[in-house]
Amino acid sequence: MSDEKRLAIIATKGTLDWAYPPFILSSTAAALGYETQIFFTFYGLQLLRKKLALKVSPLGNPGMPMPMGMDKWFPVLGTAIPGMQAIMTAMMKAKMKSKGVASVEELRSLCQEAEVKMVACQMTVDLFDMNPADFIDGIEYGGAATFFEFAGEADIVLYV
Amino acid sequence: MATFDQELDASGLNCPLPILRAKKSLAGLQAGQVLHIIATDPGSVKDFEAFSKQTGNSLLESREEGGKFHFLIKKS
Repeated sequence: MSDEKRLAIIATKGTLDWAYPPFILSSTAAALGYETQIFFTFYGLQLLRKKLALKVSPLGNPGMPMPMGMDKWFPVLGTAIPGMQAIMTAMMKAKMKSKGVASVEELRSLCQEAEVKMVACQMTVDLFDMNPADFIDGIEYGGAATFFEFAGEADIVLYV
Repeated sequence: MATFDQELDASGLNCPLPILRAKKSLAGLQAGQVLHIIATDPGSVKDFEAFSKQTGNSLLESREEGGKFHFLIKKS
């Protein structure tokens, strides 16, 4: 085993906003010399798709700022209106672009370049009948024991 | 401003891109060479200090000029 520091992350969420923490932290850790692994499970597996179709949802997310003070006067149920998710996703993407925040795709490929190891949870892949051909290349498949093999020797372990 | 061997303009980029681009640029330099980074992200001031401490590449200079942040990092 090397004397490099190690970071282990479990990515469990499949929305656009929650896609950021695992990829930002992993790419940065790799730049700082950490050996890094992300274990993708349940909805986190969406982050491994070749073609990402991640959305941000205002539903059940009271902390989310909305344009024109909508979060102040808009009825909570309004966030469930069909099309609202698409609108909020488009707005979030536009805002991120205007502020120079990298896209999830860009951060993910920076992680790949930096040799961040990505492991897909085999059980969830089977559970949801996901097709490994839809995932990006270079990922490995494993279970909880695979995660602990790396996490047990890690300096930092995060659950996202 | 001290001399440098390579310049990286990370203006307009937000966390963590300035750090990631700097890391990439440093990889192409020889030990002892200096990278000049220009950034507009105010968070980069603390981040480049932290980057330097953790990677051992010394931060020779960090200053603000005309709304931009300038850093000089020497490759270890």
